[in-house]
Amino acid sequence: MSLSVPADIEKEIDERITHYPVSRRSAVLPVLHILQRHFRFLSEDAVSWTAAKLGLEPIQVLEVVTFYPGFRQEAPGKVHIRVCRTLSCAMAGSYELLDNLCQAAGIDASRMGHHHPFAVSKDGRFSIEFVECLASCGSAPVCLVEDELHERVSPETAPDLLARYS
Amino acid sequence: MSNVTYISGKEPHSREHRLIFRNIDRKGYDPGLKCYLKDGGYEQLKKAVTMEPKAITDEVKAAGLRGRGGAGFPTGLKWTFIPPTNTKPVYLICNADESEPGTFKDRYIMHQDPHQLLEGMAIACYAVGAKLAYIYVREEFPHAARILEEAIAEATKAGFLGKGICGSTFDLELYVHRGAGAYICGEETGLIESLEGKRPYPRIKPPFFPAVLGLYMSPTIVNNVESLCHVKHILAMGGAEYAKLGTPNNTGTRILCVSGDVQKPGYFEVQVGKVTLGEVIQDLCGGLKPGRKLQAVIPGGSSAKVLRADERFKLKRGDEMVEIGLEDIPMDFDSLAACGSMAGSGGVIIIDDSRKISWVLNNINSFYAHESCGQCTPCREGSLWMKKISDRIVAGKASPDDVATLESVANNIEGKTICAFGEACSWPTQSFIRKFREELVADTREELAGVPVNHETTLAAANLKN
Ligand SMILES: Cc1cc2nc3c(=O)[nH]c(=O)nc-3n(C[C@H](O)[C@H](O)[C@H](O)COP(=O)(O)O)c2cc1C
Ligand code: SF4
Ligand code: FES
Repeated sequence: MSLSVPADIEKEIDERITHYPVSRRSAVLPVLHILQRHFRFLSEDAVSWTAAKLGLEPIQVLEVVTFYPGFRQEAPGKVHIRVCRTLSCAMAGSYELLDNLCQAAGIDASRMGHHHPFAVSKDGRFSIEFVECLASCGSAPVCLVEDELHERVSPETAPDLLARYS
Repeated sequence: MSNVTYISGKEPHSREHRLIFRNIDRKGYDPGLKCYLKDGGYEQLKKAVTMEPKAITDEVKAAGLRGRGGAGFPTGLKWTFIPPTNTKPVYLICNADESEPGTFKDRYIMHQDPHQLLEGMAIACYAVGAKLAYIYVREEFPHAARILEEAIAEATKAGFLGKGICGSTFDLELYVHRGAGAYICGEETGLIESLEGKRPYPRIKPPFFPAVLGLYMSPTIVNNVESLCHVKHILAMGGAEYAKLGTPNNTGTRILCVSGDVQKPGYFEVQVGKVTLGEVIQDLCGGLKPGRKLQAVIPGGSSAKVLRADERFKLKRGDEMVEIGLEDIPMDFDSLAACGSMAGSGGVIIIDDSRKISWVLNNINSFYAHESCGQCTPCREGSLWMKKISDRIVAGKASPDDVATLESVANNIEGKTICAFGEACSWPTQSFIRKFREELVADTREELAGVPVNHETTLAAANLKN
């Protein structure tokens, strides 16, 4: 199996690589970001494709994918939600927020853990992940829905938040 | 400045002194180049490229600027660590990983005033002789990355970046590099490894001080977003004039980020050392919540040692030693260090008496257990054990001896690791135990009520029953 990367995406990748005139290897993270944005997660084929593109061994790419929490090896929901777990947000109710979001989305929170950082709703519409400090502690609790930061999300409003993305 | 007005409800507090955050929440201000130029933007860069690079470094030294990223290291001095005999290319990296819990300032600069950062970086690059520079932006800031790239494109087109900057012979290529959600990428050598396309395993120092052997084994200067912005203002004011802001050895302004149990959390740019911790809580943040008492403060990001509300501290005032309470601690590098903690990243977390101390510590321990890069055994194993033990305490399933065990784990990490994450993860546990031992021992036996428990804690408790 090989990865079918659309021409415009490959063009974007080739342009990105030029940002690293000293070492092509430096482009591993940006290439993976572009592929993950397009395919939603990084398959084995995406890893091999990236390695071939940058002249690396697949393991040099895989070890990057498995280290960084920002890279996923499994498909998330259509809308991926990251709730901040860290102190200031926890003090402002982020654990309840996570629970309420899971409940409203129909996600079994007990499935989340160290090796499965996020869980997906049965209908595939949402996935939820507990993440560490999002650098917005002054407006806690916060969450990232895809690329959008939501601040002061009181736990009771979890269903409203989901409704905005339905 | 008098002609600056702010969005209603977001006006700076009267105790603030806005330099870096001057344009944050400013009415009618946008991140575009046109708006930046209207206000005298890039004038300092124009001036810089006519100066001797060394003269700029000297101004930064005279200004007494200390790094705002965490360690408070003198910026000008760092720049002089590039070996004078160096023949390799020099690189500059802006650390925009902003991931120390409690810290939220750099994102606002990148979102609302990106050209300020670009101008500061360009001046710094000229001073240290860098022709290639990166901004390492954490992955969770997708908009910041996009806004910066647009700003770079605009500035390049206008001749403030790229080839022959402002009509000089100075060339600079500048790019945004996005991280991927790992706290350790904020540690400068981890960041460099990450920028090289690898796992962000911090390097052993020495020999890898970045200013000598950094990115691609070349001299590399890593500075925080806020630090680099200050460079522009230092050039505008002159180092000596800038040094009049703040207090001796703690010069300039810095952005305090206050979160937790206060009425009005937020960001405040103040002269370093000119406000006390009590004033931060009472004046800037409108005090504690009704009916609440202060229990503890973490003054410089979650890695900073906790201060207990009723603690007494000894500080030098002139030639005299005075004893003060927590509310009288001046918010500067030296005073917070003398009080046994640190100014760190400027993230101040306020904890009132409604919080269970074991729960607070457990939350912090969970963070470090998740973020250890795993290279050194004491940190990899120890951070996880600290979390497991505090999980047990929070669940009321621990033995009173566990507090001592927890402390011994922390003591076996500090000073025994490759990078300062080892200290960052053990200081919370060590300081919480030293200052709240009785509370923690009491919590070992107490079932938790009315405090949010995390799923893993519930699981841990269930496992303990079996
Ligand atoms: C575990 C760890 C995490 C760090 N995270 C950050 C960070 O998110 N942002 C930052 O600017 N500095 C961070 N630092 C400090 C950097 O290593 C480095 O000292 C700093 O970027 C230097 O810039 P400055 O001198 O301008 O402060 C961190 C350090 C450690 C040990
Ligand atoms: S101290 Fe921790 S984070 Fe730092 S290198 Fe060692 S294992 Fe990694
Ligand atoms: S603790 Fe949630 S954003 Fe910092």
